Amino acid sequence: MPDLISLQKINRHYDVGGELVRALDGVDLTINHNEYISIMGPSGSGKSTLMNMIGCLDSPTEGIYEFEGELVHEMDDNQLASIRNRKIGFVFQTFNLLPKATALRNVEVPLIYANIPKNDRVEKAKKALIAVGLEERMHHKPNELSGGQRQRVAIARALVNDPSIILADEPTGNLDSKSGVEIMKILDKLHSSGNTIILVTHEEYIADHADRTIHLFDGKIKEDLKTTKRNRVSS
Amino acid sequence: MMAKHSHLKNTVKESFRMAIESIRQNKLRSILTLLGISIGVFSVIGVMTAIRTLESSVNSQLDIFGTNTFMIQKSPAIRIHGGANDKIRKRKNIRYAHYEELKQRAKLPLRVSVADNTQERNIQYKDKRLKKTAELSGVDEWGLRSFKTYLADGRNFMEDDIRFHRNVTILGPDLADILFPFEDPLGKDIQIKGLDYTVIGVTERKGQAFGQSQDYFVMIPISIYIQRFSHRWTSLAINIEAESTELYEKTMDEVIGLMRVIRKVPAGEENDFAIISNEEMMETFAGFTGGIKLFAGAVSVIALLVAGIGIMNIMLVSVTERIKEIGIRKAIGATKRDILTQFLMEAIFLSQFGGIVGVILGIAGGNIVAILLKVPAVVPMDWAFYGMAVCSLIGIGFGIYPAWRAANLDPIESLRFE
Repeated sequence: MPDLISLQKINRHYDVGGELVRALDGVDLTINHNEYISIMGPSGSGKSTLMNMIGCLDSPTEGIYEFEGELVHEMDDNQLASIRNRKIGFVFQTFNLLPKATALRNVEVPLIYANIPKNDRVEKAKKALIAVGLEERMHHKPNELSGGQRQRVAIARALVNDPSIILADEPTGNLDSKSGVEIMKILDKLHSSGNTIILVTHEEYIADHADRTIHLFDGKIKEDLKTTKRNRVSS
Repeated sequence: MMAKHSHLKNTVKESFRMAIESIRQNKLRSILTLLGISIGVFSVIGVMTAIRTLESSVNSQLDIFGTNTFMIQKSPAIRIHGGANDKIRKRKNIRYAHYEELKQRAKLPLRVSVADNTQERNIQYKDKRLKKTAELSGVDEWGLRSFKTYLADGRNFMEDDIRFHRNVTILGPDLADILFPFEDPLGKDIQIKGLDYTVIGVTERKGQAFGQSQDYFVMIPISIYIQRFSHRWTSLAINIEAESTELYEKTMDEVIGLMRVIRKVPAGEENDFAIISNEEMMETFAGFTGGIKLFAGAVSVIALLVAGIGIMNIMLVSVTERIKEIGIRKAIGATKRDILTQFLMEAIFLSQFGGIVGVILGIAGGNIVAILLKVPAVVPMDWAFYGMAVCSLIGIGFGIYPAWRAANLDPIESLRFE
């Protein structure tokens, strides 16, 4: 079995007004199945760029990116869309739900693009919503849900296609502490049931949920540490 | 292949749903956009429906002559183009002598007959008078046949009636009803402009044409007509029937040639008389409606173009408003084509919906003409179809650029957009 993710000498450079910005500068990173990783770093360290890169939203300027043996750096837009759809589940800080669609509908959307027939789609979406404890709120629209509930819808949406990794970008950043704890509980549970999770955060106590913490600075990996699990909520 | 097909079906279904949602969300804006398309389609469908009702009613009513029959008179039956009127007025009248010479010299026609008509109100029987002016025709024994009229009762004019200037008359059924509500008109004497005429026949009822009764007339022998009703402007109509359809053209050629000789038209100059036939009248009318159709078509093209620009405008706004949504969709796996389809469907849906409204209103509006003309309503399926096809084209044509812009948005930028 190949590594889940392998980044080799990844560069991501932008030209901003004639000035070269090295958002990622020679990043080497290997991620295995069922790892629980947090990516940390100050603003401008390249966290977001790395996450977009891993999430196949962005392509490297240089370097090799393999995702379960598929060469992401060679892919065109359609292939990138397909790999995002099949293998990656995004959880965003601002939830990013479709405001006019119900919770169920929101969770269905990735399945629509995966070409799953209507009946299977609804069934799978319902299952995912039950898994995050929202069986009662399926037919509510985002503005009828609390922040924590919205983030749970987003997690259900990330889960629904059985992705290889879940990418969570500051998942608790817009939540009160109690909802934040609940969301982290769900992510911990997903990890213990075999999912691979990558957290992007600048909060130590969130990062401490992970088994491994990667510190970025100026587009380079400064530290890559196994971490303790003192904050992990045991189920 | 199957998978691709059902994927497309899914996307289309999904896009359709989203289109309806988006339209519902922006009711006023959508309605205004729809209105543009509706007005464009309405104008073309309305005019086409009206013309079609007109055509179907007019074509049946222009069919006034008997088979293989045509008529020669001083001026054309339908005059549409102005300008030439002066020239027509200066033509020599067609006189009885012309008719007699033509009848004598023409070899091909089955018959040559003569007629004219005027308006006359001074017609009475005892104390029964007309309230409205009636058509008074002077005819020969072929008068009925020339105008496809049949006797319901009594007899036709005979050659002797014409030759001996007999005071006899045939009544249209409307006139018979007014003058003889409780009596049999046959054999009774009526007064026309103070002179007694014996009723020898009553014709069959024809009904209405162009909203007017075709049964409100009276006929007398042409010889008496010329004596008592002609004046210096009277110009007769000569009615010619060919022996067969095969000989129709040849007969017409012979008659035209003879008429030119009789009326001394110099070679190279155009005829100083008009030839009128069912075909000729229908052609003239078709030329007339063709002009209207072209004009309506041009107006509609402009209207639809404006409407299309409206749709493009709305779609561009819609794309800008939904940049975030596009980013989300792309992040969770929408391809460029998915996004393109979504926005294109919305544009097509808008224009189609507007088109349907326009078609319905257009057919309804056009058929008001049918009601006014008292003819059966018409549903021009072909034009409705063209209208909808054009709407799809507009939706695609003006929707493609906004949709393309949406599809090519950068997912990272879009996600960051607030």
